Amino acid sequence: MSGLEIIFLIVAGVTLLASLFVVTTPNLVHAALWLILALFGVAAAFVLLNAAFLAVVQVLVYIGAIAVLMIFAIMLTRRVMKDSGPQTNANWVWAALLGLLLFAGLTFVLINSGAEQASLPALALDADPIAQLGQELVSPNAYVIPFELASVLLLAAMIGAIVVAWKK
Amino acid sequence: MVSLSWYLIFAAALFSIGLYGVLARKNAIAILMGIELMLNAVNINLVAFWRYGDLANIAGQAFAVIVFAVAAAEVAVGLALVISLYRRRNTVAADEINLMKW
Repeated sequence: MSGLEIIFLIVAGVTLLASLFVVTTPNLVHAALWLILALFGVAAAFVLLNAAFLAVVQVLVYIGAIAVLMIFAIMLTRRVMKDSGPQTNANWVWAALLGLLLFAGLTFVLINSGAEQASLPALALDADPIAQLGQELVSPNAYVIPFELASVLLLAAMIGAIVVAWKK
Repeated sequence: MVSLSWYLIFAAALFSIGLYGVLARKNAIAILMGIELMLNAVNINLVAFWRYGDLANIAGQAFAVIVFAVAAAEVAVGLALVISLYRRRNTVAADEINLMKW
């Protein structure tokens, strides 16, 4: 087993364990902290995949903005959901079964799909995926329309969030 | 060598855990956390397919960036709805929000 494989297994194990705690911990503040660890593990997986820009954006946007926003929301709505009492609804057994079934089915399909044989293309020494990503995101021949649409969506969502949460 | 299917199975496990969180959790904010996990699993898939496919085709990373933007928008609107709901109904439990349930 090579060093990279061991690192991948550690990263994947920590991420999956943290995400299991996210969905099972009764205390929501603890769940948010586990969520931060899980998101950090995903950022490490991006580093393993040579996507450095996405790893930085993951830490910046998910951990820096989304997770902190969630902790704020949990603190603001704390009184109604006490740490005691069940945090799952009556159908949690079916939900767990469905999750397990989905995982088993996806794993079965993936093992038989030939993805095992996919070769890892070597990253050229002079290749700069970050510069390429930046140029393609604003190039009219590539992804400028999805990129601008995402910007408009984000602006609309921000205005919508302010309007919805406005105190009447 | 870490093969492509390891990343895909990792992402599938993360997606399934997120799905369980969305379906089983009572608290609306915990449901949003499950959705975040599912979106992250999708991002891992996109980036893994970019890395193991044609490196000159940056589509995987470009769409991962767009998924980031959509996730940020989703969580902003979702948390605003939760705060607004908490003000009006004084609850954030998803099974007590059944005013429009037939």
